[in-house]
Parts: sequence; structure tokens; C-alpha cells
Amino acid sequence: MLTDIFAYDFMQRAFAASGMVAIVAGAVGYFLVLRGQTFAGHALSHIGFAGATGAALLGLSPLGGMLVFIVLAGIGMGALGERLSGRDVGIGIVLALALGFGLLFMKLYPSNAAQVTSLLFGNVLAVSKSVLVSLAGLAALTLAGLAAIGRPLLFASLQPELAEARGVRVRLVGILFLAIVAVAVAQSVQIVGVLLVFALMVGPPATAMLLTTRIGVGIGLSALIALAEAWGGIFIAFHTDWPTSFCITALAAAAYLAVLALRKG
Amino acid sequence: MNAIAFDKASLSVGGRSVLRDVTLAVAEGEFIGVLGANGAGKTTLMRAVLGLLPLSAGTIRIFGLPATRGNAAIGYLPQAKTAAASLRLRGRDVLAASIDGHRWGIPSLTGGKKAEIDRCLALVGAGALAARPMNELSGGERQRLLIAEALIGAPKILLLDEPLANLDPHQQQVVVDLVRELSRSLKLTVLFSAHELNQVIGAVDRILYLGQGEAAIGPVDSVIQPSVLSRLYGAPIDVVRANGHIFVMSGGAVVERDQHHDHAH
Repeated sequence: MLTDIFAYDFMQRAFAASGMVAIVAGAVGYFLVLRGQTFAGHALSHIGFAGATGAALLGLSPLGGMLVFIVLAGIGMGALGERLSGRDVGIGIVLALALGFGLLFMKLYPSNAAQVTSLLFGNVLAVSKSVLVSLAGLAALTLAGLAAIGRPLLFASLQPELAEARGVRVRLVGILFLAIVAVAVAQSVQIVGVLLVFALMVGPPATAMLLTTRIGVGIGLSALIALAEAWGGIFIAFHTDWPTSFCITALAAAAYLAVLALRKG
Repeated sequence: MNAIAFDKASLSVGGRSVLRDVTLAVAEGEFIGVLGANGAGKTTLMRAVLGLLPLSAGTIRIFGLPATRGNAAIGYLPQAKTAAASLRLRGRDVLAASIDGHRWGIPSLTGGKKAEIDRCLALVGAGALAARPMNELSGGERQRLLIAEALIGAPKILLLDEPLANLDPHQQQVVVDLVRELSRSLKLTVLFSAHELNQVIGAVDRILYLGQGEAAIGPVDSVIQPSVLSRLYGAPIDVVRANGHIFVMSGGAVVERDQHHDHAH
């Protein structure tokens, strides 16, 4: 059965792409949940929708356009810092506006329904060789960035006032982190789409935090859970012909609820 | 040499003058209770000692050197309930994240750092607490752990900003006694801010009372006088003594009680 799956080139690419992206999303997502910035991550993905459709309007590559848009938005959010992060209303308005712009760009540059659907809900089975290479580069960049700011990021996430007093440049760390989140979101959109980024970036870390109280173990576990859910989702999709993104989100929700139930029970 | 010395220090926050022309000195090993109405500048004063706020005039010296951010001679327990408190992460990992937290790179825990964490946990008798998740600790247990964190790196000064907030009277007494004992055994200079004088009256060497941009420092009996407090509150103040407790009254109401009430809502 396994050999069946891997007989297809597009399946090999799907496993490779979703594997890399899942590890990145799981690791970055852990800090996103730790910092209570999941909603900001969600908003960034919607900004990515405007970025991708806007890029199509300008004749640029959707991934490139999305990256530029989301990273700029991430840096902007980080720079506004306390004034924006955690402010649901402000983020909500930006999120809705971004989706609205995405709709406008689509109207100005009509794309076919399949393109829009894959942007909104992902289409991991359609990952091309060039996109796969881009994803590998971005994944390496994201993990390297996360490693570079890991220590001050952790400190500033857990105890911002103390971190500031000890000389951590809390705002700079916040900006760099959201820039990293932005790149991770752009990658995740390729797999599960704009609307379902949460499945990879929030589900696995939330599940990992239920399973362990150790930070290092939690980050690793989060990445592993994301990987298992992404690959498991593709596997289920292959055999059921259900949408891959649905299978991944279903696994993410099931894993979280199962762990929650086990802990309570 | 004085541990902390203010020389004609003035400080504004957001255009509001919080300290005006304050001169005071705290000797090494002194335990100072910091009191004053909400907004009188208790937190601001500590942040200034940490070098986080620029003075508009005058100087603050820490062991003879100008106050600067990231001063290793100062251990700090911020007032704000730390984000880490609500997370299901074990205390030991939260403490570990603060060591060298200002340096870039991947968090690492060497033997030396582990030994330092163990030493500080032992000082406050929190070795067993550190294995438990932060969100499952009582308020008093969490403060004990965070005091251990403030001791990491063997600082000579402890700044504790409202460490008794949200603790029941028994836990308050435990924390006060613990800090008093640490101050004696480690020859620590302590600034300990509190809502009510009676919370700390048995432990302090002197008190520092803030109000109306001014500061009065001295033994309890010389500062807690109607004339001094009327100046600091900008209103007529009565001082009532009963059973070893001192009540600061304004127009028949206990001012500290009222603040506490306001603060809680």
C-alpha cells in the first residue's frame, strides 16, 4: 500500500513539502501559542491571501508576493508591539480588510476557481518541483532564524518585564519573531491553505503542551505531531479521496481532543 | 558605599512628573519597604533603579555606578503577573529560560547553569516546586519560585514589586519572612513594595513612602506621621495605631484599604 503512494511523483513531493513545512509550523507555532499570538498568526495568513492575489494581479509569483506581503505585515505588527498584539479588535479589522482586498484583487484579475480554492484551502498534491525547492530554502531559513533568536525569544515570551530589565531587546525580538512567523505562514499556506493554517501552527503545539511541561521536549513534540498529522492526512486522503487539508485538520483536532480527554479521564 | 543612591533625581512618565528632585540613599544590606498610593511611583522608582527609564534630571547610582539596563547586581521580581504563571510549563524550565536570556542563539542548559538553578531553588526551599507546572502552583508557591529566579546570578540588590499582591494573609507572611531571612543571610539590599504598611512593618529596617512626586525615607515612626503623610498625599492624613498595627486614615477611611479595593477591580 505504501509503495502505491510513493509510485507517484506528486505524492513524493507532497510528502516532502508537507514534512518540511510541518516541522517548521510545529516549532514556530509552539512559540506562537506560548506568546498568546495565535490570532496574529491567523491574521497573517489572511494577509497572505491578499498578497497572493495581488501578486497575480501584478504578474508576480503568488508565493513570492505572499511572502513579501506577510513578512511586511508581520514586521508591522511586531513594531506596533503591545499596542496591537493581543488586541483582538485591531487584528480582526486588519484580517477582514486583507480578505476584502484579496477579493478585490481577484475581481480585477480573474483567476479560476481551482486556483482560489487551493489558495484558501491548500493543495499539497499540486506542489511543483520549483515550489518544493523554495519551500526547502524557506524552511531552512525559518529554523535558522528561530535558532538565532531562540534564547531571548523564550525569555521575552515567558517573562517580558524581567527580560527587559535584564537587557533583552523585547520589541526587536518580537518583530523578528513575527517576521519568522510570517515566513512559516507563507509555507503553511502551500500545504493547508490560508484558512486552515491553524491546523499546523496551533493544533500541534497546543497538543504538545498538554503532553509535557518541559519546554525543549514540547517544541520537539510539537514539530513531530505536526509532521505525523501532515503525513497521516495525506495518507488518509490518498485512500479516501477526501481533500488532504480536511484530513490534516481532522487529525489535528482529533489528536488535541484525544489528549485532552485522556488527561481529564 | 551606598547600595542605591538617588541624587536630585527627577523622572516623568508620559509627561506626568512622578519623582521630583528626590535625594535618598539605601545602605548595603538594608530592607526597605516601599509604600505609597497607586500611581505614586513605586514601580517607576524600581524601573529607574533598573536603568529602564531615563531621568529628566539628577542621577541614580548603584554601588557608585550609574544605573544601567541589564545590571547583574540587581535581581528583580516585576509586579505584573508573568505570562509564564498561566502556562502549563514546569517552573525549572521557566527559570532556566532567564539565564543568559539576553544572549542570541539556542537556549542551552549546561551543568553550571543547572547547579545555579538548584542553588537558588534551595535558598528559598522550592526544589520540589520547580518540577511542577507553573499554572498548578498556588500564588505563594509561585512567588517563592520567582524569588528563586531573582536570586540567580547572586545579585546584591533585590527589587520586589508588590510580591504580596493577590496572596492571602498567611502566604503574605511567609513571603515577607522568607525575603527578610534571605536579606539577612545573603546580605541583600531589598526594596520591597507593598500596598499596606502592616504587611511589611515587622520586617523592614526603614520605609520609603512616595507621593505627589516626593519621597520620604526613614524609620517607620519618623515617616508615618500626619505631617509627612499629609504632604505625600496632598490631603489631611491621620495616623491611628492599634495593637501594633498602624492605619493611615483620610477623612475617617483607611487609605491603603481603599487603594487595595480599587486595585482589585
